[in-house]
Amino acid sequence: MTEKTATAAPFILETTGLVKEFRGFVAVNGVDLKVRRGHIHALIGPNGAGKTTCFNLLTKFLPPTRGTIRFNGKDITNEAPQRIARMGMVRSFQISAVFPHLTVLENVRIALQRSLGTTFHFWKSGRTLDQLNERAMALLAEVGLESYARMVAVEMPYGRKRALEIATTLALDPEMLLLDEPTQGMGHEDVDRVMELIRKVSANRTILMVEHNMKVVSGICDAITVLARGAVLAEGDYASVSANPVVIEAYMGSEAAQLVAEGH
Amino acid sequence: MNTKVSIAYLAGLALLVAAPTVIYPVLVMKVLCFALFACAFNLLLGYTGLLSFGHAIFLGTSAYVAGYVIKVLEFGPLAGIAVGTVAAGALGWVIGSLAIRRQGIYFAMITLALAQLMYFIYVQAPFTGGEDGLQGIARGSMFGIDLTNDLALYYVVVGFFAAAFWLIQRTIHSPFGQTLKAIRENEQRTISLGYDVDRYKLLAFVLSAAIAGLAGALKALLFGFATLGDIHWHTSGEVVLMTLLGGMGTVFGPVVGATVIVTLQTELSDKVGSLVSVIMGCIFVFCVLVFRRGIVGEGVALYKRMIGEKVH
Ligand SMILES: Nc1ncnc2c1ncn2[C@@H]1O[C@H](COP(=O)(O)OP(=O)(O)OP(=O)(O)O)[C@@H](O)[C@H]1O
Ligand SMILES: [Mg+2]
Repeated sequence: MTEKTATAAPFILETTGLVKEFRGFVAVNGVDLKVRRGHIHALIGPNGAGKTTCFNLLTKFLPPTRGTIRFNGKDITNEAPQRIARMGMVRSFQISAVFPHLTVLENVRIALQRSLGTTFHFWKSGRTLDQLNERAMALLAEVGLESYARMVAVEMPYGRKRALEIATTLALDPEMLLLDEPTQGMGHEDVDRVMELIRKVSANRTILMVEHNMKVVSGICDAITVLARGAVLAEGDYASVSANPVVIEAYMGSEAAQLVAEGH
Repeated sequence: MNTKVSIAYLAGLALLVAAPTVIYPVLVMKVLCFALFACAFNLLLGYTGLLSFGHAIFLGTSAYVAGYVIKVLEFGPLAGIAVGTVAAGALGWVIGSLAIRRQGIYFAMITLALAQLMYFIYVQAPFTGGEDGLQGIARGSMFGIDLTNDLALYYVVVGFFAAAFWLIQRTIHSPFGQTLKAIRENEQRTISLGYDVDRYKLLAFVLSAAIAGLAGALKALLFGFATLGDIHWHTSGEVVLMTLLGGMGTVFGPVVGATVIVTLQTELSDKVGSLVSVIMGCIFVFCVLVFRRGIVGEGVALYKRMIGEKVH
């Protein structure tokens, strides 16, 4: 269950002076990030910029060296990662995060079953989980996976696995989703499908996503933060960011060319 | 329980009931004790993804405690088994709490280190009888049945085994078991879905330790003694071998593995003497290199290929 607070503050997630050092190497360097409620916010930047590390800090998978994180007005800097999920901020991972040897239906049920309050009941029959099937099927239908329900997740094509991850994440009905490169390694069709899916689930939700594909960024994102060497390089909407010479220089090469080519 | 497992379970039970007519019951009881031990171990390794490398400490602790309750406190076998099982579970809680903070190989090393620590305590402690072990644990009687009769004890052991085995497979298929599988499959993802994974791992550890304890208490009752051999790291290694050979993460694999290993050891020990450990080592290498899924695992995979299902 997500614990929703009815705060109407414009920013759902705010960090101040976020720093992460790995044995002297500064991976995230003084990031002040503000994510507006209801936005699809992109976090972009060259490889090794610190995007995934940022996600790990935000969701408490890593403790920050310095700085504070506020979610829905509440300081979450010292919370445990599972608590963050229960507060309504659920992340995905850069490397596909399904439960490979469980069926597609079971994958979604893992997220749903915590609400039954029987997750410690080792004496109960597994059939008591069947009451979740209907809800799980509805979630699968939402991402177009209903025909895969009985398949073992590892057998699914890559693009479908990402869709399954989104369905599993949505099962918690989170207020905020953090997606780490949801379209990475996908063909055109899959990219389009996942992009549509993100747009669809963004209603009533806030999404922060790491994305390399500029077509996706320009297509669905309301705001962009550019990260380079751990620090924020630029912020704004797509037009202003893509025209920013500092950003173009940081990207140097193919991605910059793509950025310019697609700039409006 | 799905139908296939139910049928196998009932068939196995029928076999066990009939077994003493053809096989020496003491051998079958020994096999059952180790099978239960391996099943308990498999709950951790096969279904939670945790490699505990000091599991014999739970088997042995319970054997000592049960022996002490029966021999010194004279409370009878049922109390001995109950107290031994609870003691093993309690020790599991302590060791588990310390070990689950670490992952992978570090988890295995901490369980081994703590088990070794307990080993040295037990060598010194007066109640274990040190090198001599705790001898002369009387079988006594249970529910009015005289257990000095091998056949009577046999049916009691089969009863405990069947109940514990049922509980383990129930656990595997329960909502809790489903959570354990999620942790095994992808711990980070399970955390990100809001699960406090350490608490689930700890409960699995305690259950596994307690059932290993039950096996140890039954074994002490069967042979009438508890010795340092029960808590030695050799025994911890053997249970890993049994589980891998039979097929980890399968319901019946550990039973098959324990049957093969215990039978081999019993048959070979008078013929080849100390070469037994060399043979066990070879089996281990063979399993790891070419027989990854174990006997039951490979069997299931073969069956699936035959009916044209995909195998992972
Ligand atoms: N656990 C760690 N220990 C040491 N260094 C790390 C650790 N995690 C990340 N780093 C380093 O921090 C830097 C930022 O890594 P991060 O994974 O956050 O980059 P990224 O922006 O997500 O890159 P990509 O686009 O390739 O996913 C990299 O130089 C990486 O090597
Ligand atoms: Mg990354």
